[in-house]
Amino acid sequence: MAVATADIERPKAKHKLLKMESWWGVLWIMPSLIAVMVFVYGFIGWTARVSVSAWKGLLADYTFVGDDNFAALASDPRFDIDIQNTIIFTIVFVLGCLFIGLGLAILLDKGIRGEGFYRSLFLFPMAISFIVTGVVWRWLMNPAQGDRLSGLNLLFDKMGLDFLINSWHGTPTWGIAAVALPAVWQMSGYTMALYLAGLRAVPDSLREAARVDGASEFQVYRKVVMPLIRPVTLSALIILGHISLKVFDLIIAMAGKQVALDVPAIYMWTTTFDGFFFGRGAAIGMVLLFSVAILVIPYLWYTLRQERDL
Amino acid sequence: MKTRKTLRFAAVFLALALVAAACGGDDEGSDTTVDGGTDTTVDGGTMMDSVEVFSWWTGGGEAAGLDEMIKIFASTDPDIEFVNSAVAGGAGTNARAVLASRLQANDPPDSWQGHAGQELIGTYVAADQIEPLNFLYDQEGWLDVMPDTLIPLISNDGNIYSVPVNIHRANVVWANPTVLSDAGISMPTSLADFFTALDTLQAGGMDAPLAMGEQWTSMHLFETIMLASMGPDDWNGLWDGSVGWDSAAVTQGIEDYAKALTYTNSDASALSWQDAGQLVLDGTSAFNIMGDWQEGFFRELGSVPQTDYVWAAVPGTEGNFQFLSDSFVLAKNAPHRDSAIAWLTVAGSNQGQDAFNPVKGSIPARNDADRSLYGEYLLSAMDDWASNTVVGSLTHGVVANDSWKSEIDTALGLFLVNGDVEALQTAFVAAQAASG
Repeated sequence: MAVATADIERPKAKHKLLKMESWWGVLWIMPSLIAVMVFVYGFIGWTARVSVSAWKGLLADYTFVGDDNFAALASDPRFDIDIQNTIIFTIVFVLGCLFIGLGLAILLDKGIRGEGFYRSLFLFPMAISFIVTGVVWRWLMNPAQGDRLSGLNLLFDKMGLDFLINSWHGTPTWGIAAVALPAVWQMSGYTMALYLAGLRAVPDSLREAARVDGASEFQVYRKVVMPLIRPVTLSALIILGHISLKVFDLIIAMAGKQVALDVPAIYMWTTTFDGFFFGRGAAIGMVLLFSVAILVIPYLWYTLRQERDL
Repeated sequence: MKTRKTLRFAAVFLALALVAAACGGDDEGSDTTVDGGTDTTVDGGTMMDSVEVFSWWTGGGEAAGLDEMIKIFASTDPDIEFVNSAVAGGAGTNARAVLASRLQANDPPDSWQGHAGQELIGTYVAADQIEPLNFLYDQEGWLDVMPDTLIPLISNDGNIYSVPVNIHRANVVWANPTVLSDAGISMPTSLADFFTALDTLQAGGMDAPLAMGEQWTSMHLFETIMLASMGPDDWNGLWDGSVGWDSAAVTQGIEDYAKALTYTNSDASALSWQDAGQLVLDGTSAFNIMGDWQEGFFRELGSVPQTDYVWAAVPGTEGNFQFLSDSFVLAKNAPHRDSAIAWLTVAGSNQGQDAFNPVKGSIPARNDADRSLYGEYLLSAMDDWASNTVVGSLTHGVVANDSWKSEIDTALGLFLVNGDVEALQTAFVAAQAASG
């Protein structure tokens, strides 16, 4: 299917066909359009309404309370911990994935033997759900000390690396960073795949030209390749960023419900369904939505504009 | 053009998949409705009566116990089909989320499981979803066979709202007898003795003589230490409003609790309650405070009472039975009200409770059980149940409604992070104001 053929054919039949085509198109996307309107945008609207209501308990109570729920969150010490944990998790997770992903991609791009094998190997963790990852790493990162050492701590002990033994997610304040490590393990292969595709799109002639001009290998990457794959970094940043804002399952599987490792998504679930504070739960939901939107909307706007320019 | 056709098929396929996925996702929440809401037709085409009972008993001794009780129900009421709508996961959290959405949609099951006390009253009575059962208690004579101190804890304004099928005790301390005798300690009976014993063990080189598990087990420890510190009258007073959360008794209780925490293991947050019990069996720790389901776990491991483990009321709480209970309610506008009452009659009967409890590892709420069916620990619990002052458990839904409990849970979780006694007490006062 040559692109050229389509370009030549299209203008001729434009008027009649396009009309028919677009009607069919609209018809075919109707089911998903309706589903999305109801189940996504409808419920966003409903959640927004609940978030400014006094709803507490089993029965819906839509009494308007303005920004009370949001103001209460702002002074809620548990929500402070949530925000702090989200920030630490996001930094460790996103930077970890970007650096490891880029590193792996560059190594593979060097034309290693059996590249396909390694590519699959690094990508495989992504096929596992966060729950499974959490259960496995819960054991690996067992914080027990003394005679009960197990998992990675036991490995460190046997290898004589005693100074590395730590209490992982039991560490005060920074425990959440330990939870981010399995997430890095899981998603850095995916980041690698993104970067690898980006690297492959950089023409060899550009690198050759840089080398001919006397650039060192480091400079080739720093000055030529990296600027060219900046859009890939941006995409990866957005995808990883919104995953980390919404993280829930990994933490539940690794550490259960505990305030020390709380994040907004877990607080939202427990306060809504354990405590029946529907108004507060909806408010947390809206905060999450806005924080993800801050990441995603500029990105969508940017890509749409780029596509229009093409 | 061929590609375009393929694309069109792909689009249709995707759209259908999306719709299917949306429906599928929806089903997950409500599939119990599908088989539960309808009466089933039996062979001759006649309508058979049914009763839909909703619970989170999907595994272990609970599900096995429920099955035993269903067998009794099948023999007493053979004309009623029992529809078991159990939802798995999250220690009931998932089930209660499903139940909440069904009640909001006016599609109640006939009867459902809940912890007796405020967990049911604060949520379902407040929302006008369940019926008082005083008539059934009178009719079946249950008031004569259940402890007097129990009834007010499961009532609201004189109305009794649920039928307790089993009783668990929260204020039990489990100990390793070998560790105790090696250290020359006898089972402590007061909070002061308890702390002395823990000090002795710590001085003897035991890091964490008191084993604790993840966050909710810290609330369990908290409620038993509070009861020991305050006594039953003040403890009850906290929940009916006659004792303030800002009182000195509460401050003292929090300080005792904070002291108890200093003897616990540093990896508590990574352990389940079973893991914590295991530490006692292994002799890594000497004590564990946990409800008497811990005994079921010990037995499962083949441990022998008196040899591998011993028990007592939590030091300072002797003479008090801090209880929790699984119970069944009658839905308002139950689709099959008569069948539901028949089910509740079985659930409260001697026969039903003696079928359920030996399997579940708990004692009946009635005090006329067949003692030959129960083991050594359960017999001791039965004796205490019949003679002790009954007080309610916080962690397991008796004394506070769900909202209040979840606020207290947050406060205790924050306390594990920052250890700030004053902030904890302030948070307790706020929790009562927000949801009490």
